[in-house]
Amino acid sequence: MKKFDKERVLLAVAAPALALVAAFLLTALVLAATGKAPFNAFGIMFDYGVKADSQVYILNKATTYYLAGLAVAIGFRMNLFNIGVDGQYRLAAFFAAVVGGALQLPGLVQIPLIILVAMLVGAMWASIAGLLKVYRGVSEVISTIMLNSLSSILISYLLVDGRLADLDKQTNIVSTDPLPSSSHFFTIPAGGDLDPVFGFIVVAVLAGVGFWFLLGRTRFGFDLRAVGRSESAAQASGVDVKRMVLTSMLLSGAMAGLIGMPTLLNDTHQFTSDFPAGIGFTGIAIALLGRNNPVGIALAAVLWGFLERGANRLEFEGYDKEIVGVMQGVIVLCVVIAYELVRRYGLKRQQQRVGAELAAQARKTDPEKEVAV
Amino acid sequence: MSATATATKDSTAPGKAPKRGPRMSVATVLLIIAGALVALSVLRALAGGDQQSAFENITSSGQVGAALSMAVPIGLAGLGGLWAERAGVVNIGLEGMMILGTFFGAWAGYQTNPWVGVLAGVLGGAVGGLVHAVATVTFGVDHIISGVAINILALGATTYLAKRWFEPLSNIGGSPKQSPQVDDIASFTVPGLSDGLATVENHHWFLVSDLAGLLGGLVTDISALTIVSILLFAGTFFVLWKTSFGLRLRSCGENPTAAESLGVNVYLYKYAAVVISGGLAGLGGVFLALVRSHIYNEGQTGGRGYIGLAAMLFGNWRPGGLAMGAGLFGYSDALQLRNGGPTVHALLLLVALGLALLAGWRLYRKRYVAGAVCGGAAVLLVLWYALTDTVANDLVPATPYIVTLLVMGLAAQRLRMPKANNRPYRKGQGT
Repeated sequence: MKKFDKERVLLAVAAPALALVAAFLLTALVLAATGKAPFNAFGIMFDYGVKADSQVYILNKATTYYLAGLAVAIGFRMNLFNIGVDGQYRLAAFFAAVVGGALQLPGLVQIPLIILVAMLVGAMWASIAGLLKVYRGVSEVISTIMLNSLSSILISYLLVDGRLADLDKQTNIVSTDPLPSSSHFFTIPAGGDLDPVFGFIVVAVLAGVGFWFLLGRTRFGFDLRAVGRSESAAQASGVDVKRMVLTSMLLSGAMAGLIGMPTLLNDTHQFTSDFPAGIGFTGIAIALLGRNNPVGIALAAVLWGFLERGANRLEFEGYDKEIVGVMQGVIVLCVVIAYELVRRYGLKRQQQRVGAELAAQARKTDPEKEVAV
Repeated sequence: MSATATATKDSTAPGKAPKRGPRMSVATVLLIIAGALVALSVLRALAGGDQQSAFENITSSGQVGAALSMAVPIGLAGLGGLWAERAGVVNIGLEGMMILGTFFGAWAGYQTNPWVGVLAGVLGGAVGGLVHAVATVTFGVDHIISGVAINILALGATTYLAKRWFEPLSNIGGSPKQSPQVDDIASFTVPGLSDGLATVENHHWFLVSDLAGLLGGLVTDISALTIVSILLFAGTFFVLWKTSFGLRLRSCGENPTAAESLGVNVYLYKYAAVVISGGLAGLGGVFLALVRSHIYNEGQTGGRGYIGLAAMLFGNWRPGGLAMGAGLFGYSDALQLRNGGPTVHALLLLVALGLALLAGWRLYRKRYVAGAVCGGAAVLLVLWYALTDTVANDLVPATPYIVTLLVMGLAAQRLRMPKANNRPYRKGQGT
């Protein structure tokens, strides 16, 4: 039995490794086909990505991506496709910035308040899709996509001088009121003249631990995964599927509310129209890559940050940084295919093994019958 | 997957009197449209002077024409979804395939002529479909995950290629986010009829002018691609429901194991359906690029692939219903093009009337909670209408999305999707 476990670990590592190799080969093909030297590009990305200032950048990016991956993974674990993380985090960050900019409380009160507002707004926006699914049978895929567009429209309606935002006459940028300096989140100095690491990384790690504990160690998590595996079986064993759908949608939305917080509390301290967009979709890719596993998601988030950092450098070396979009898409597609292939292979191995064991057992206990068959 | 499964379960609740089927006959549809037109005319007659023109715009030929041209890409995406899902493959990747269509359509179109662009866009979308088929049919990846991956990939690939291919063309209008201009695709106006209807429309006669506006929008400046699309709708209905090829294809979506036992090569049919699906979505993209704007523009699709999917769900996986859904979404999409604040404001009253009728029906059927919700919504809409003069133009773009949510919320429970939709299928492993 011990040996079997080792093989399972090997298989689990084989899938992403296989996918990454395939993705790099495919990207190399694309680069070569458009007249660029592929392996030189990978060299540049790697050399630049391991520098000290790049590592700080990657950690900071990965903090945001990690939270996004977790938010998506909560839904994925029970076969709920919360495509709407994107709209949820943007709306949450916007209202959190508005509330934070309007208040002047001590940081110890205000920072948790801002985070709470973000989580509530995210959860409420997600609950629309949850309610529609539970009571009206609307596919959450469709409704969350519509809600994404609606949140963008709502933000651009409210983010106007005189509504919930102000126009800075000098820079001509519309933004919410900046947070008071008391509600800036702490940062971790990285030494030398490097930028500091976002303190929110601590919250992200805690969120990861919470995710692991909730899904892996509680009855709620067991029920949630049971619904994901088989809705009817879960229902038969007494799980209220509708309530589970609603609860996990709310949790996913609340987690999505955290996504904008590293940027808001550690970096920009206000919401402008160029607040990072599209991280919800990045989160989907990262959750897929990390296999909805808290450690896997962390690795995927770091990989994504690394790719983007390297891409910025490519621009200076005569490459187009947009190649990273191709690379990311290819990685996701290769990863999901590789997981499926490895799963099938593992299943076949297991069946063969069980078959062999059963046959051996039958031979041992009942040799005559074996001959008769 | 549980994506839409709950919808079907509820609608077949046992122990109730036999329900009217989810499909409405042509006569019913026409009656509803006629009723809406009459109601609109009455409302306009009742509304005060300065609101008059807003009501007239609801059925103006300009609005209807714009609605048609917005409906075509949504309808084509939905038709793509219909082909794939009838064969049992969910295609969230429609959006990505549309993006491929816009890009390759414009890329081939500016170099040669627009019809070559159409072909290239269809092929681009079909390649996207092929990737989806390889992932879902051959490798058995979850359909929605594969679709999401294709959307990411298509966006990444077109952004990269646009940077490589269009940026050097700045002398003829290219940029990293935009292609050079493509020539026009021919468009037609029915001679005589179009002018005649316009004259009638301008008289603002009760009901007659509304009808003239509706028809006028449908016979003026119709792109050749629109006609192709209408033929494709008719062709889809014929092929999928009137030929043995279509029967086999649909059987792959309902019960692939049974189809397999009758000698149908399920893999082949699924491949064909998903590739055709990609091609249709690509054509929808081409329409956006070549007919609506004459260029490729980054982010041009704006989620229309998803709206197409919603139109298909609304249409209960049938071409006729899908066409109605696409028309509805296209109409609300067109409002933002035409400075639609006052029009949306006028429509509030019409929607309120519809909701009030629905509330009455629900109360009559003794479904008090549902009736009260509908009635409450109607009252709120009337209040909103009475207390404001217009809807802010910043909010008008939200109309198609809100309409989608509302319509799905009201209609999703009477839908029945193909039975084996979104299920993995492996040859020889059926039970």
